[in-house]
Amino acid sequence: MSGRFVRLAESARQAVTIRVDGKPVQALLGDSVMVAVLTAGGHLRESEFGDGHRAGFCLMGACQDCWVWTADGERLRACSTPLTEGMDISTRQPETTWPDHA
Amino acid sequence: MTAASDVIIIGAGIAGSAAAFFLRQRGCSVTLIERGLAGQQASGVNFGNVRRQGRRLEHLALSNRASVSWRRMRELVGEDIEYIQEGHIRICYRDRPELLDNFAEYAGEARVRGLELEIVTGTALRQRFPFFGPDVLGGSYSALDGHANPRLVAPAFARAAKRNGAEVIENCEILQVEKAGEDFLASAADGRRFHAPILLVTAGAWGNRFSTQFGEPVPLVSHGPTMCVTEPVPYSIRCAVGVVTPVKEEDLYFRQIPRGNIIIGGGPRNPSYPDLCRAYVMPRNTLNQFKQLRRLAPELTRLNILRVWSGVEGYFPDEQPVMGPSRTTSGLYYAFGFSGGGFQLGPGVGDVMAELIATGQTTTPIDMFDIGRPALSATA
Amino acid sequence: MAGPRVIIIGAGPAGVRCAETLVAAGIRPTIIDEGRRDGGQIYRRQPDNFTRSYSTLYGTEAAKAAVLHSCFDALRERVDYLPETLVWNISERVVYALRLGKLVELPFDALVLCTGATDRLMPVKGWNFAGTYSLGGAQVALKSQACAIGRRTAFIGTGPLLYLVAAQYLKAGAGVAAVLDTSPWSLRLAALPKLLAMPRALFNGMALTLALRRAGVPMYNGVTPLEITGSGEGGVSGLSFKDARGQAHSLACDAVALGYHLRPETQLADLARCEFQFDAATRQWLPRIDPDGRSSVHGVYLAGDGARILGANAAEASGRLAALAVLKDSGHPVETDVVDGQRRILARLERFAQGLRQSFPWPAHFAANLPDDAVVCRCEAVTVGELRRVVAQTGATESNRAKAFSRVGMGRCQGRYCGNAAAEIIAHAADVPIDQVGRLRGQAPVKPLPIAIAEDGA
Repeated sequence: MSGRFVRLAESARQAVTIRVDGKPVQALLGDSVMVAVLTAGGHLRESEFGDGHRAGFCLMGACQDCWVWTADGERLRACSTPLTEGMDISTRQPETTWPDHA
Repeated sequence: MTAASDVIIIGAGIAGSAAAFFLRQRGCSVTLIERGLAGQQASGVNFGNVRRQGRRLEHLALSNRASVSWRRMRELVGEDIEYIQEGHIRICYRDRPELLDNFAEYAGEARVRGLELEIVTGTALRQRFPFFGPDVLGGSYSALDGHANPRLVAPAFARAAKRNGAEVIENCEILQVEKAGEDFLASAADGRRFHAPILLVTAGAWGNRFSTQFGEPVPLVSHGPTMCVTEPVPYSIRCAVGVVTPVKEEDLYFRQIPRGNIIIGGGPRNPSYPDLCRAYVMPRNTLNQFKQLRRLAPELTRLNILRVWSGVEGYFPDEQPVMGPSRTTSGLYYAFGFSGGGFQLGPGVGDVMAELIATGQTTTPIDMFDIGRPALSATA
Repeated sequence: MAGPRVIIIGAGPAGVRCAETLVAAGIRPTIIDEGRRDGGQIYRRQPDNFTRSYSTLYGTEAAKAAVLHSCFDALRERVDYLPETLVWNISERVVYALRLGKLVELPFDALVLCTGATDRLMPVKGWNFAGTYSLGGAQVALKSQACAIGRRTAFIGTGPLLYLVAAQYLKAGAGVAAVLDTSPWSLRLAALPKLLAMPRALFNGMALTLALRRAGVPMYNGVTPLEITGSGEGGVSGLSFKDARGQAHSLACDAVALGYHLRPETQLADLARCEFQFDAATRQWLPRIDPDGRSSVHGVYLAGDGARILGANAAEASGRLAALAVLKDSGHPVETDVVDGQRRILARLERFAQGLRQSFPWPAHFAANLPDDAVVCRCEAVTVGELRRVVAQTGATESNRAKAFSRVGMGRCQGRYCGNAAAEIIAHAADVPIDQVGRLRGQAPVKPLPIAIAEDGA
């Protein structure tokens, strides 16, 4: 699917480009990370326990279903984080890697 | 109404529940009485370490005996208690290199007592345990230790005991215990009365309430551990991990479960309220764990924690339990006050107490846990 | 002498009116709020660069929203306002907060919890598929971000919010697949005398229903949800339900908005060690408060939907009352008739809220018929069948015990979205009264807490 969320108004805002899973995504200034990702795609993350994709639930910071990753491994709650230009979001949990302390 | 059996056990934590189970295996009739629900206090809220290494050498015989039960747990209790035998590593930091010598010395003594340990340092440490921070110097690895889900173990023992014929009575608070003639009489707050020729007190942080009624008050105090758990992340740390340090703030341990969550414990203890059966995590203690984790496993600080918890644990001044027969009253036995170290021992404690009660002796030495030891009398 | 250190948590209608009343008495409270802007959920303000009008955003409540926002704007210089700040623990009269990645510790003499509410949920098989949102969430998407949660959204559940959000979607040009109310229409008729306590609200509600009907939106009352169909990969593709006569229907949709009225956010009250009591009318545990919002803990007060689900107007009145209680308890003069006036407002709204509860009851009976393969705990993906198995095999009949064995409520949301339903499932499976099942204890942190905070804080 192209996008889960549908914009209904406020479309005259400044365009912003972020990356989602390595691909550029057009969004608008003032979007939450959640809206930016879900107007372009169908999900935010995968359930850790094998029941498929998740796309958030409450949008008010209560359910914690919308945590995504940034490319450098930080965690973001997508519904309550406004996007910023150049953000690099991953909807897949990164593999565990450890720095070399040898 | 008075109910009779061979043995009354007060307290269905891991020690009492396991004792009920092993007493049934030896053919004794058992009434296991619990004020709340089985395994709800220290047995259920602890970290879940199934660790032998690092214990006092004289405790290893009991710990080894418990280890045998841990490895047979599914067969014993008939269900999965999420025991993961993926090893345990205790580490020291670079500012205390002398601890590595201690590890080596301990490993030599432990080997004689049936516990194989391996000292790991340098490249081998980095390769096998890549999650450690640069400040970690080396460690002692015990391959046959591991971890388990503490919430499941005591209830599983209690259910298994019940299936095997034990009477398990929850939500029944025993207030008064006395010896009347040949029998002990235990009277509950709800008016129920139980009698038996043998009484075993496995009442954890509340053990003193009962030993006092037989003229054996003990200096038992309670504290709450500091625990938290992270969100789930890919399962990549199999063994349980702990820090060895003389500084309480630096004390930290963690383990990951196959679902992905990492359970973290250690550091200063919290105030606990035995009368309320509650203990509360002081926020500063949680924050101290965060700080310590940066040193021990810095990559883990990218995670969020989801929940903190604590519980009521009973401690003696010498941090050893009371375990064995009463000095004042024949037929009375104690096993309580495991001072934060009772989870791994639990199945062994139940096994030993059952042996002691059924045969009058035990092949595992427990003399050092005697209720009459000097460390308990001085301040009692 | 400095006045008492008063902390208000939450900048919705209760928190703002509480602050206003305190400021009027010469106190400078601290307002901590998780949101980026004031207004709470109901009067949530859109981001700065959005341009929709108040009437577009808030409809019939536009004037109230404007008044509350300007009240807050006027207070800004006379309060210490900490937006985007999460209170994650309370201990020994200190609030522990996370603000912009840093730890903040704030001691208090009086704490007023105005923590609001979230949707109350009953699972439906398939509600874990991407594209199912809480009703409140569907509304936030529109109000705060000018988005619909899908091209064709089915609204299912019960309560005034069901009709409000569906009508707002319709008006904003979103596709509305259906409005499916689990409450039978007859209950609304029976509740009419109580609903007439607020004739305008009643009229507004009826107007929403009428607008939806006129637009040809399929509307059913007394439905039983059967399943949200779809797949783990593709998300929601449809919804099936039984109508009041037992006839099965299915419809195509790519989004579902689901909710059964509201539940208060009570974790902070729990961490502050307030006593709770079972409220039979809503089948929920609520913090015990006196008529003015005093909790069982000295110096801790509650107001708004975080204490009782009475709506935004009542939140304003109870926020004022809590402030008056703080003032009275700290030795400030308080005029009795002012207190009485607010109490009278609250009483009228309580009657209206009773009418709403009667009209749109929590469908406790659904718990018995949920299929075993429906997910109950979305965070941990635990099924109803697993919870029932735990109850049957371990004898766990209390919420926290069942949580310990099944992991229901152990996930990121701490049971906010499964706790009410799980209690009903346990009660039914164990055949015990719901009040004996108890409630999930609140545990810090109230929301996930980054371990990295110590970096800057501790």
